[in-house]
Amino acid sequence: MTAKIAYDDVEVGTELPAQTFPVTRATLVQYAGASGDFNPIHWNERFAKEVGLPDVIAHGMFTMAEAIRVVTDWAGDPGAVVEYGVRFTKPVVVPDDDKGARIEVSGKVAAKLEDNTVRVDLTAVSGGQKVLGMARAVVRLA
Amino acid sequence: MALDQSFVGRSYPPTAPYEVGREKIREFAEAVGDTNPAYTDPEAAKALGHPDVIAPPTFLFAITYKAAAQVVQDPQLGLDFSRVVHGDQKFAYVRPVRAGDRLSVTSTIDAIKSLAGNDIMDVRGEVHDEAGEHVATTWMKLVARAAEEA
Repeated sequence: MTAKIAYDDVEVGTELPAQTFPVTRATLVQYAGASGDFNPIHWNERFAKEVGLPDVIAHGMFTMAEAIRVVTDWAGDPGAVVEYGVRFTKPVVVPDDDKGARIEVSGKVAAKLEDNTVRVDLTAVSGGQKVLGMARAVVRLA
Repeated sequence: MALDQSFVGRSYPPTAPYEVGREKIREFAEAVGDTNPAYTDPEAAKALGHPDVIAPPTFLFAITYKAAAQVVQDPQLGLDFSRVVHGDQKFAYVRPVRAGDRLSVTSTIDAIKSLAGNDIMDVRGEVHDEAGEHVATTWMKLVARAAEEA
């Protein structure tokens, strides 16, 4: 593990660079193929509406994959992530247009732990709503 | 109908090994739009101290979820999968997953709860490599929503 951020250089409250991740229907089709999750709620509008959703929604695991990029881009080495957990609170609704949806992710250091690790708390928002709850990662710094 | 509490603590047999390939990692990284070279360039990964390209943190889910199918499709358990949504997901890594790994998953039902007619089940996956070394633990909370009342 070779994180580019030093443990001694961060403190509780240190903010990670925020990022916005676009997601379109094409993104969801590509993610379905790569992940093997072909649940039709992620690509079939007719099916999604039949089961009571407002429209096609992103895979929760796609949102989870995007959110951790704020941590891995900051740390440099994705292998420095020791723990990562989220609660899926609201769906990311993806309309059938060229713009799709956006997932805005921010993070800050919430605690300094043992062995050069820190806990980062993440916030992910789409369409003005928090889409992840209790989104936390533990990452080992240099 | 509430799920049978006697399934708590039940473990399922380890899955046949899943071989992690460089190109599968690349495909996954591209699908999430992540250009970190540790996922695609073996030299970049080595510079960070990894023996080969590593997988993004959530890559493992595809493997553990497939393994959990043994649990959710267990006819004796009787979970109605058409009503299941993914509630929580957590990973704890001993080391990152990397190309060349042959990973086997042992799934265990950690908890079953019934809340307002919803069935909530926690499934843990213990992931080991071919040498039997522990690679990661994953936790998945599945919520089977109550059937709608007429």
